[in-house]
Amino acid sequence: MYPISVTRSTTTYFCVVAVDVSVTIQRRTLLTALGTGALGGFAGCSGLTGGGEGAAAVAGETLTLTTTTSTYDTGLLDAIHGEFEAMYGVTVDAVARGTGAALESARNGDADVVMVHARGLEDEFMRNGYGVNRRDLMFNDFVIVGPADDPAGIEGMRSATGALTAIADAGATFVSRGDNSGTHTKERNLWEAAGTDPGGDWYQETGTGMGGALNVADGQGAYTLSDRGTFISRRSDIGLAILVQGPIEDGPEILSNPYGIMAVNPGVHGNANYDLAMAYIGWITSPGAQNAISSYEMNGEQLFFPEAVSENPDFQQYVPDGWSSGTADA
Amino acid sequence: MPIDPAVQSLQLLVDLPFREGYVRSIVSVSLYVSLIAVALSTLFSIPVAVVLGFNDFPGKGLVKAVINTGMGFPSVVVGLVVLFAVSNQGPLGSLNLLFTKQAMILSQFVLATPPITAISLAAITGVDEDVRDAARALGGTRLDAALVVLKEARYGIATAVLAGFGRAISEVGSVLIVGGNITGADGISKTRTLTTAIQLEARQGQYGTAMVLGGVLLALVLLINAIVVRFGDWGVQR
Repeated sequence: MYPISVTRSTTTYFCVVAVDVSVTIQRRTLLTALGTGALGGFAGCSGLTGGGEGAAAVAGETLTLTTTTSTYDTGLLDAIHGEFEAMYGVTVDAVARGTGAALESARNGDADVVMVHARGLEDEFMRNGYGVNRRDLMFNDFVIVGPADDPAGIEGMRSATGALTAIADAGATFVSRGDNSGTHTKERNLWEAAGTDPGGDWYQETGTGMGGALNVADGQGAYTLSDRGTFISRRSDIGLAILVQGPIEDGPEILSNPYGIMAVNPGVHGNANYDLAMAYIGWITSPGAQNAISSYEMNGEQLFFPEAVSENPDFQQYVPDGWSSGTADA
Repeated sequence: MPIDPAVQSLQLLVDLPFREGYVRSIVSVSLYVSLIAVALSTLFSIPVAVVLGFNDFPGKGLVKAVINTGMGFPSVVVGLVVLFAVSNQGPLGSLNLLFTKQAMILSQFVLATPPITAISLAAITGVDEDVRDAARALGGTRLDAALVVLKEARYGIATAVLAGFGRAISEVGSVLIVGGNITGADGISKTRTLTTAIQLEARQGQYGTAMVLGGVLLALVLLINAIVVRFGDWGVQR
């Protein structure tokens, strides 16, 4: 969907800039090349002449990406962004917030592209006109974790809502993120699906990140809902175990955790760097970057499963869930 | 600050908590933002304190009350106010300051100015009236008198600057909101300070590394204090 010719010509321009003028960018490229082995960019430069005049729209610019803490804190973005930055000669400023805050920044026109994981909030964002060109990016899943002695007896349950109901019935301590993040949104949806309105001494909202919430839960022998990636990255330091699996390990589909990416609508926020946002979306949904996502591991385990490249694209990824050209709100 | 490839490859093998250059870059961002903010605050605050200390005018009590209240501004509220100002939708939106060091300097300026002004004012007011009178009696202008009083009040003013610096470098609320806690993919800080790095580690539950960074911050504040105190003593000995 993104024209190859533009990619090539901006790369060309960047090579020229890097050699002639911009020491900063040159050093960044060099570091990135050393770090990631992305020497192909240099190899490509040698045979190129300055044929890219007029196509230099993005080189040297900064892309502001607001994203959720789970993509940033797991180290994924730092691991893959070097290649994009070298390819276009740009800088990606990744601002990690909860999904709610990430979308709010974009709504205010303070971001160019958003990468979040709460489809309901993304749909609202699109319906209000703030986001365009949404793509499914990748997924992992949520797991319900808790103390090994499992006072509510949920271990091995096949139903996430059943497990939450059991926790509520037992009055076992449950730690909630309580921060309008994607994980918190999922948790509220689960309680709603379970038909339980959580409250009382056993239900605690921490307002910290996922890692912090896991520590709080660990300290109190409590249950919590975690994305698998963060839990894997923290598992060796805490005493909690996965008691209800998500769909990656044959758990219920309701615990799936899909990440989407959208450009901020330049028709609403004229200052949004739409060109670069679309270059980024084009890059991160390309087979190369999707491979980089699937090969990113922590403690020997894959954290994110790419889903942007498909022989049979799911058309619903481009529009708010349930939208069709026949509906009134089109 | 080039990264030694050998160090980098070593880090692939050994699980070091931080990447090469990371801590150095967040220290330099912290110092850059806080030192500039405090310098600007000082340039603004001392003339204000002198004017307030040397003049009586209607509403002076109100001005002092506002300044004293400002010492208690929660940094997170200042961050929100600056966010609204520099956001794309705000009055300064066209300057594209959000998620930059300039926005962080702006918010720390707002935070550091009240303590520097209030403590400087107290120091200036505390200088004996006789000093002021003597300066005028010896034929000095009002400016001469002000300079003499400032010299007498220098310890108090140094304390004021240190208090402002302490407020700036230790606050996390506003720089997190307006700075965005950004590092590049190469691990070099753009708007990440020691405090926001500590907050990030704590958010991830990495309390150990958070403590290490806390130690760095403490050492830095101690160092700055020692320098300022030494500077003051040196002034006396001369």
